[in-house]
Order: sequence, then structure tokens, then C-alpha cells
Amino acid sequence: MNLRGLVSLFALCAGCGRAEGAREVTLRFWAMGAEGEQVAKLIPQFERENPGIRVRVQQIPWSAAHEKLLTAHVGKSTPDVAQLGNTWIPEFEALEALTPLNELIAQSNVISGQSFFQGIWATNVVDDTVYGVPWYVDTRVLFYRKDLLARAGWRDVPTTWADWRRAMLDVKRILGEDSWPAFLPTNEWAQPAIFGMQTGSPLLKDRGRYGAFSDPEFMRAFLFYLSLYREGLAPVYGNTDVANVFQEFERGRFVFYITGPWNIGEFGRRLPPDLQDAWATAPLPGPSGAESGISTAGGASLVVFRESDHPAESWKLIEYLSRPEIQVQFYQLTGDLPPRLEAWQDTILSRNDKALAFRQQLDRVRPVPLVPEIESIMFKLIDYAEQSIRGGVPPEEAMRRLDAEVNQMLEKRRWILERRTASAR
Amino acid sequence: MRAVTIERQVARAGWLFLAPALLLIGFFFFLPAAAALLLSLTDFDIYALATLDNARFVGTSNYARLLDHPLFWTSLKNTFYFALGCGPLTVLVALVAALLVNAPLARFRTFFRTAYFVPFVTTLVAVAIVWRYLYHPTYGLLNYTLGVFGIAPVNWLGDPTWAMPAIILMAVWKNFGYYMLIFIAGLQAIPRELYEAAELDGAGAWRRFISVTVPQLGPTLVFVGVVVMIGYFQLFAEPYVMTQGGPLKSTTSLVLLMYEEGFRWWRMGFAAAIAFVLFVIILIWTLIQRRLEPKAA
Repeated sequence: MNLRGLVSLFALCAGCGRAEGAREVTLRFWAMGAEGEQVAKLIPQFERENPGIRVRVQQIPWSAAHEKLLTAHVGKSTPDVAQLGNTWIPEFEALEALTPLNELIAQSNVISGQSFFQGIWATNVVDDTVYGVPWYVDTRVLFYRKDLLARAGWRDVPTTWADWRRAMLDVKRILGEDSWPAFLPTNEWAQPAIFGMQTGSPLLKDRGRYGAFSDPEFMRAFLFYLSLYREGLAPVYGNTDVANVFQEFERGRFVFYITGPWNIGEFGRRLPPDLQDAWATAPLPGPSGAESGISTAGGASLVVFRESDHPAESWKLIEYLSRPEIQVQFYQLTGDLPPRLEAWQDTILSRNDKALAFRQQLDRVRPVPLVPEIESIMFKLIDYAEQSIRGGVPPEEAMRRLDAEVNQMLEKRRWILERRTASAR
Repeated sequence: MRAVTIERQVARAGWLFLAPALLLIGFFFFLPAAAALLLSLTDFDIYALATLDNARFVGTSNYARLLDHPLFWTSLKNTFYFALGCGPLTVLVALVAALLVNAPLARFRTFFRTAYFVPFVTTLVAVAIVWRYLYHPTYGLLNYTLGVFGIAPVNWLGDPTWAMPAIILMAVWKNFGYYMLIFIAGLQAIPRELYEAAELDGAGAWRRFISVTVPQLGPTLVFVGVVVMIGYFQLFAEPYVMTQGGPLKSTTSLVLLMYEEGFRWWRMGFAAAIAFVLFVIILIWTLIQRRLEPKAA
């Protein structure tokens, strides 16, 4: 074949390829960890319902997700749709990487703000603009040993801090020196942050310009948190110091454990059958009763990236994944709790007594401040809290140091905000 | 006249031969290093990724901030603690192991040589899991053994005073095999006649070691010493997988701090400044070491 023939053959092929490709759109969808593994099973139905759209699910490990998304943004190779931890949304908003969804939501008959838990929906809204649709929720509740608590003379989980502390002291008495009523890993920020939100601390003040950790509200929470370690009610352990949490829980080496929904499945699998009736979950106690028992509004959302060439098709995928019946299927596949109120009416969820505490807790969740720096600030919170827990730095001093460093970390944000208001003027 | 042209031609040929290597080094080493130096003079961060307008030229203020950053001093101290504790220990263990394996009386040489070398080629993550079990406060083998001698259990990785020694112990075990191999090569290069002559002169085993082995091993010692220290100043993987820098930041090294600042929080300007400080430290240390150690041939 001569050169001319070859060229015309190529042209022909390119032509036929285009003719077919014009009707078919391939979406790139990044999902993390277990979700990435399981969501692929929900895709065939979506592709059947939408013949012109194909979805390529790419599974990203959680540990590398943040870096990969950032590098993808810099390299302009972001996916069309992605799962995003909801504390990351302000950060990617600051990068101008996400598509605003307000108009799409206004036209949608599947998704509206009212059909989701309010605290969870709020994590996706930055300055009145919605950037993500909640996919599953993650909040912290109390996992506890019913049998041991009963032996200490407590039929129910206390709802106030004062009673909770009293219950822990009673538990300590029957367990002995080698065991602890509560396990609060010293390297998790959720616990001190939650206690702080419960006493009404905003964590950051002045629209996220300065830290509020040395203010009276947070100090009250921090002193309570600290007292649990000081009085021997919680071990000074990080979560890497305990080789097997489930084993320790089984042996009754601790009775209360503040943790998230993934542990419903884990506790079910890892604890022996005869212990399955002995453990339960309950909403968090608060400083002044159940109403003040606030928890974090965590979880992941689905977002459309600005660089996407197919925002309309991407939105269709998000709408599909947000349908209540699909969310129930997703719950069955992953154990991830759905963020939509309707999905909880399904019997599979409403009959699960261990999930019930989460349902109650979800009415009382609040997001951590929506600023891009929040994750690094929360890790600083652990560092300085640890100085008091392990290092003997006075609590007031530790929180003052924390605020000083947080204020320095927020310097750039203050500069950006000031410049923005200056240019608006 | 002619000599000059030839000289010039030779010089030109020399540059020509060097060119590919220089080009590669320039492109992949000097250029990025220069870019990083520039980066360290800005406050490049997550906001700057959105638009470059958000990056500010801040002069040396990243370095100034570093000086009153409490974590910088902690990690600097930890890095020196690790390097100075682990470096000499590794060299010593490697040398002793090399002498043992190389001894004329030793049996099963290949077996031991392989056994000592295996940790070096095993992936650190796998090794870390095993060591985490060894160090476990209640079920660990180490505390069990101590218990036999009536010593109270130690929370190895959870106690700020013991975490770094625990990391050092693991790092020595993990790395000495490689340097042992280099020492074995060095030992085998020592001419046998020297030992024979020393023996005829009536030198005992210790005397032979001090007067023959050590001086003959001089260049190898210098090499191992420098390479060990350069490697250990860049401590990263061990704390990253074992302790994440905790407890109480007692195992946070400079490189771990740099990684966290740069790749976790994306404060690239600040991270670049840490990198340059580390570079200067290693440079100075290597120069000092070269002065202190016996003159290499």
C-alpha cells in the first residue's frame, strides 16, 4: 500500500471513530478506598439507564488521595467526578477547582438541600455556594459495653458529662487498675474538637481568621478532656499503641470508645458471637444533657471538577448515586451511612439497632470551620493537647501556644480575605 | 603555538565527553535545586496553586520563621539524636559482624552473611509491622524478655523517652548488613602477608587488629562513616511507618517535618526552606567528618 492509501485509511478510521464517539461520553470518576472498590457495582445500572454515558471508576487509596487530587489539579488532569472528604471542600474551593452546583440543584428533582441532614449539607456550602453533594456521613458516637456498664450499676448511657464521669468512676471501680473506662486515642483530634463544639466553641473566630482555643468555651471542654486522662479514666495511648482495639474491647479493658460508623461492621465481624448482645452504641453525652451532645459532621461528598468537559453528564451520575434506594444499596455494600433522610426509612437501616444511635446523632452534628487550613489546624490541636496530656504543660499555656501558631497559619488567609474585600470596594 | 591549539582541542574534547553527564546533572539536579532555593524565598502554598497572584516573595522570612518554630528545633534535636546515636552504633555492629563472618574459624559463613544482609533488602513496611509487635507494651517479645529478668514493661513506641531508642535499635538492625558487606570487601582486600609478618613479629590478635586491620581499613571506614551519616541525617521512613513522628513529636525528624509541611499541608515555600537548612547541615557535617577521620589514601 502506498503512503496515500495509508493516510486515507487513517482518515477513514478517525472518521468512524468520531462518528461513534460523538454519542458516547466517558466520565472519569475517582473514588477512594473501600468506596472505590464497591461503587463499581452500582455503575452498570447507571450505564443502562443512560446509554450515552460510560463511567470509568478509578480507585484511589485514601492515604494518597489528597496529594493525587492536588497534583491532578496542578496538572489539569482532574477527573470529572470525585469523592472528596468534606473537610477538603473549602480547600478545593480556594483552589477554584470545583463547579458551583446551586443552579443544577435548583433544577434537580432528585437533590435538594432539605432532603439531607442539615449539619452534613452545611459542610458543602462555602459562602452560600454549594460545591458538593453528601455521599455518606461519618460522625462519632459512643460504642460501649452494655454488660460492664450494667455491672457498675448503670442501666443507660448517661447524657450529661457529670453523669458520664460518675459512670466512668463506677466502672473503674469494678474493672480495676489495669483497665480504663474510656479509650480516647491521644492522636485523634475528633474528641477534643467535639467536646469543644459541645461547650459552644466555634474553634476559629472572626470568620475563620483567628484561633479560639484559649477562649473560655474551649478551655472548659479541654479541661474536661484532660481530666479524663489525669483521673485515670482514659489511658494515655494513641491508637497505634493499642495493637488490637477489638481484642481489648472484648477483654473489657475499656468500656467506652468514641468512634465512627465503620466500626459497626468491624465490631460485628471481630467480636465473638456471644459478645454481640453485650455491646451497643449511643449518641454522645453533652455538658448539659442530650441536646448539647453535638458531634462532628464528617463524611464524603461528590463533586464536579471545573476542568470537566461533561458537567451535565457528571451531574447525572451524582443524581443517580444520591437516589435513596441507591444509597441503601451502597450502605449494604460498604456499611457507609446515607446522608439522606429518606434512605433511613428503609427497613434495612431502621432495623439495625446499632445504627440507630447514628440516626439520632445526625440530628445533632456540626461541621468544623470551613477553612482550607482546617485539617492542619486540627492536627496542631492534637500536638498541643498532647503536650498537656503527656508533657505536663499547663492547659492554659498549651492552648495559648496553639492559638499563637494557628493565628500564624491563618495569616495567609487573612491577607487573602483582606485583599478580596479591598478589590470588592 | 601548536601546543596551545592541541591543548585547546583536548580541553574541548574533554568538555564534549563531559557534556552528556553535565547536561543531565544540570537538568535534573542543579535546576531543581535552584528552583527550590527560589521557592524557599516565597510563601508558595495551597492558595498559590489557584493563582500565582496568591504567592508572595517573602525574602528570608521562611528561614526566620523556621528559627522560632518550636517543631523545627525539636526535629533538629531528634535528627542529631538519631544520627549520632545510630551512626556510630551501625558502623560498630557492621564492623564486628564483618570480623566475625570473616574470621578464619567461622562456620556457615554464607549463611550468616545472608542472614545479616536480609533485613537490608526487606521492605521497611513489612519489617515495621513485625517490630511493632516486638515492641508492643503488653504482648511484645521484648517486654516479655525483660519481664523474665524482672524488669517492668516499657511502652516502647508510646513513651517519648523510649520511642527514639526503639527506632534506633530497629534502624541498626535494618541497615548494618549492607555496611557489613562493604567491610567484608575491605577486609578481604588486606594482603594476608601483613598478618603473617605481624604474627612473626609476635603480635597478638588485638595488636594485629589495631595495627594492621584498622589502618588498612581506613578508606573503607571513612567511606562508610560518611555514607552512614548522610543517610541517617535524612531519617524519614522509620518514624513515618512506626510512629508518625510521635509520641509528643519525639521521633519527628527534619525530613519528616519537611514532608508534612510540603506534601501534606502544601506549604511548599516553608518546606523548601527546611530542605535547604538540612542540605547545609549535611554539607558542614561531611566536611567536618572528612577532617576528623584518618586521611584516606
